[in-house]
Amino acid sequence: MMRAIASALVSHWRRNPLQLFTLIVGLALGTALWAGVQAINTEARASYAAAANDTAQFSLITSKSGQAMDMADYIGLRRAGWLVSPVVEGDLAGISLMGIDPLTTPRAMGLQIGGQGGDLAAFLLGDGQIFARADVLAKLPKSLHGILRADIPPDTAITDIGAAQRILGRLGQIDRLIVAPVQPMTRGPLADNLRQTQPQQTSDVARLTDSFHLNLTAFGFLSFAVGLFIVHGAIGLAFAQRRVMVRSLRAMGAPLRAIMGMMLAELIILAALAGAIGVVLGYLMAEALLPDVASSLRGLYGADIGNSLAFRAQWWLPSLGIAMGGTLLAGGGALRTLARMPLLASAQPQAFAMARSEGLFMGSLILLAVAGGLTIWGHGLVTGFAMLGALLIGGALALPTALSGALRLCFALARRPIAQWFWADTRQQLPSLSLALMALMLAMAANVGVSTMVSSFRLTFVGFLDQRLSSEMYVSAKDAAQGARIADVAARYGKALLPIVFADRVIAGQTAKVYGVVDHATYRDNWRFLDSVPQAWAVVARGQGALINEQLFRRAGLNLGDKLAISPDISLPIVGIYGDYGNPIGQVIVAKPLFDSVFPQTVALRFGLRVAPAKMPALRRALREQAGLSDAAIIDQAAIKDMSLMVFERTFTVTHALNVLTLAVAGFAMLMSLLTLADMRLPMLAPVWALGITRGQLAVLDLVRAIVLAALTGALGLPLGLALAWALLAVVNVEAFGWRLPMYLFWTDYMRLGGLALCAAALAAAWPAWRLSGMAPTRLLGVFRHER
Amino acid sequence: MNVKAVILCLLLKPMAVCAQGFAGLGSVAQDGFATPSSQTVMQFPRDHGAHPDYRIEWWYVTANVQGQDGTQYGLQWTLFRNALAPYEASGWQSPQMWMGHAAITTPSAQFTAERLARGGIGQAGVTFAPFQAWVDNWTMAGRDLNRLNLTASGPNFAYDMALTAKGPLVLHGQAGYSVKSFAGQASYYYSQPFYDITGTLHLPSGDVSVTGKAWLDHEWSSQPLAADQTGWDWFSLSFESGAKLMGFVLRGDSHYTSATWIAPNGQATPVPNGAFTANAVGMHRVSGRDIPVKWHVQLPSHGVDVTVSALNDDAWMATSVPYWEGPVTLSGSHSGSGYLEMTGYEN
Repeated sequence: MMRAIASALVSHWRRNPLQLFTLIVGLALGTALWAGVQAINTEARASYAAAANDTAQFSLITSKSGQAMDMADYIGLRRAGWLVSPVVEGDLAGISLMGIDPLTTPRAMGLQIGGQGGDLAAFLLGDGQIFARADVLAKLPKSLHGILRADIPPDTAITDIGAAQRILGRLGQIDRLIVAPVQPMTRGPLADNLRQTQPQQTSDVARLTDSFHLNLTAFGFLSFAVGLFIVHGAIGLAFAQRRVMVRSLRAMGAPLRAIMGMMLAELIILAALAGAIGVVLGYLMAEALLPDVASSLRGLYGADIGNSLAFRAQWWLPSLGIAMGGTLLAGGGALRTLARMPLLASAQPQAFAMARSEGLFMGSLILLAVAGGLTIWGHGLVTGFAMLGALLIGGALALPTALSGALRLCFALARRPIAQWFWADTRQQLPSLSLALMALMLAMAANVGVSTMVSSFRLTFVGFLDQRLSSEMYVSAKDAAQGARIADVAARYGKALLPIVFADRVIAGQTAKVYGVVDHATYRDNWRFLDSVPQAWAVVARGQGALINEQLFRRAGLNLGDKLAISPDISLPIVGIYGDYGNPIGQVIVAKPLFDSVFPQTVALRFGLRVAPAKMPALRRALREQAGLSDAAIIDQAAIKDMSLMVFERTFTVTHALNVLTLAVAGFAMLMSLLTLADMRLPMLAPVWALGITRGQLAVLDLVRAIVLAALTGALGLPLGLALAWALLAVVNVEAFGWRLPMYLFWTDYMRLGGLALCAAALAAAWPAWRLSGMAPTRLLGVFRHER
Repeated sequence: MNVKAVILCLLLKPMAVCAQGFAGLGSVAQDGFATPSSQTVMQFPRDHGAHPDYRIEWWYVTANVQGQDGTQYGLQWTLFRNALAPYEASGWQSPQMWMGHAAITTPSAQFTAERLARGGIGQAGVTFAPFQAWVDNWTMAGRDLNRLNLTASGPNFAYDMALTAKGPLVLHGQAGYSVKSFAGQASYYYSQPFYDITGTLHLPSGDVSVTGKAWLDHEWSSQPLAADQTGWDWFSLSFESGAKLMGFVLRGDSHYTSATWIAPNGQATPVPNGAFTANAVGMHRVSGRDIPVKWHVQLPSHGVDVTVSALNDDAWMATSVPYWEGPVTLSGSHSGSGYLEMTGYEN
């Protein structure tokens, strides 16, 4: 019996190989996009975790002046009882060389010197040993004794502090001291020239880059949703077509339970197969995109992820699971309908499709209402995502009704018979095409949403760089004396010298940096506020107000006019709030004289220099020769901006690749639907052909129909995409990162996306249309011969 | 003797990899390290300082002290030196590695801490005039060895003690040349067993003022254990009569024992192999291994026949080289107190 059922089930796929292909490829593509994105995210997070093992989890001690500490600082602290470990860090041929003292590094850092080629005596004495990944070792000078270690962060090499000081030419210098988590019972005070910073709760880099990964995840999720629509369509169609077969099997005595069990097993096998293909495709896709993603992250945040991708269970297992779950979700409804079907009911595939579409509009209204409710009353990231989901699915479910309305309108406006037939026929096909069209709309909306988000981010960030990098040149001094020489040179060549000076403080219960800013037109002319009192800079300059960044404003729940305690005896009203993108912590800006009175021990070592472009080379030379600055300590504003823009171009490479991929998936769905429809539509086309419309004309009409439907769908997808972008920027981003990105519209991008969607639809319709144009007349005639 | 572990191979590799014997002390001296000679005459105060041309060295203080309420405590302060090469250099290139161990043992608790440091940078070291031994903020320092201040602190304890010598230095073996095996392994080894000690223990339960007796050992060598020796049991016992006994058993294919009988006036009598015996009579499970915490100790030539019992059976030093070290009390032919150290017990 089981064999009979199985062979009957398999025979369906044998007769409809295209359907099987659709099902597997649709699911595989959806899974591939999801898996690929997750693979990239997982790889990046693994790299951050390796980097976080470094020092992010520990409290650190650095010098207040921002310069290197010396051995006396270190030994002084040890002899006072502090369990601290010295680190020196510097650049060696583009690699970050980190020198540590293995005897005092906290055990929690988990660095093992012995084993895997490492040897303590060799590490400490003589030329030392350098631990790094293979690609880093290849870049190191051959004279150094490299040891291969996969657990070292990317682009980093670790060696003994003595060796590092020698190699970097920084004998006796220490950049920071790692404070062990457990300290002894008795300990002396921290020296005056040093400061201790608390460990980051989570690593900065992970928080910063979350925004980037959120984009990718949103993409992966939406792509998978598109894939699910395809699967849903394919399974729904296959099950509907098999109603006759199921009825016959049951009539012959096969138990319903056995048939359902077999069909469920069939679904699971198909899902596993397609999921596995998807995981492999996803891996290939991720591997192709990873170098671009890696360089984006490096440029944007200085976060390093390797260029090689590992096959980690953290992404492929959930991807397989989600493929399985998605299939069962898509097939479950169809299976249930089949199980409830009365034994003697007639099997009418078309009516089945029609009946199902009627409930969609109600569902859509409910979901959109839920999305609206969540926007107004919801809080938190999960709610944000739930709202996103409700919005998208609700929007997609509304599509058939909206399209049907539009087509009805066109029909009413049509005067000529062929046009009337065209619109009526299009509307008649709508139920069968609606799933593919929903997939197309979701793809379109996802692309509009993510493109808007990424482009808004770019525009905002570039504008933000313009405000922030308003000086033509940035220089850093080694010490106060060099700072004075810089001021000297600047007075002769430049227009203004703007010191950059800050101190760490807990403000309104949040860790924050307090900046002291001089009164200068540069700030008044360039900085834009999200909200401010009139003449905010003038109020700040008089020492009567403070400016805060958006992060502090949102996290501490502050408002304009609220008093902010800068020190125990100085409180200032907030007079302005400024956007501060990509920065995880709060900021406060006060007037420089006020800053100096509160933090008298902090001296400015970094400066912005305003200078006429023509005088730049002379100023640079003077800084080098008279102030003793190295080239590394002088940075052109233009160079920073160029680099930032280049980074964004990389980000766009990734975004564009994903745009094309999602639309390709949707186009594929459409192709499959049209191919399936082609045979079913013969009885409707044959009479029109018999009335004198040529096959060629019919083919052109079919092509036009696909494009018109795609255009209508795209037009409806645009507002949905914009709603999605708004939700990402104004809800999810705020919940996730504490700042709101302003939303900009990019009509040329949308036109391009619309064009791509039309192309996808036209390509999808081309083959069925071409088949129609060359169809043997006997097949069309056969319709009349077999007329029921 | 306090033949003690030293480290660094240990810091980084599992114990088993480290040649034979406890903490690799059974490995053959090599790489140009000096070896002790029976002809050498100790020179003080110079020999109170460090001997970087020898592979290992330690300064070791143990004390039996008592609070005003009569509660017994044990106290340990140790500085180990382990050289990767037989020389000293300044800066990070120094091959001298330092390790500090400190502990307070109460009848119900054991507090321990460990410090590691490189030589050459001032984080740890020993100078002889004035005498100063230190690692981080742990110090043992004074104008000379007769008056010392001793401090250490761990995450949950600290102490601050003053030591005053009430008798002469004691040289073990042959004028300080102490033989450790049938094969002739030896070390230089002397003690100052006559300290009065007073000071304050800082414990989680509060500060405790204590007084008592302390014992300092200083020992250096390059290869103190023979290849077959896996560890030792070491006793420093102070009798109420004022006499003292230092004795140890080196466990190998056949055991090697050595001891010094110290009269109340400091007169030292070396005891040859076999005359001193110590037999385990009570075991206790600590840190996954069985450790003898009750001993039957005999030195018939001086009428000693005592039972040695731990004040706290769990006086385990869970440091990078783990061992048992704690205060003991005596009963039998003599009464008194002392310290017991046991190394090389595998789990």
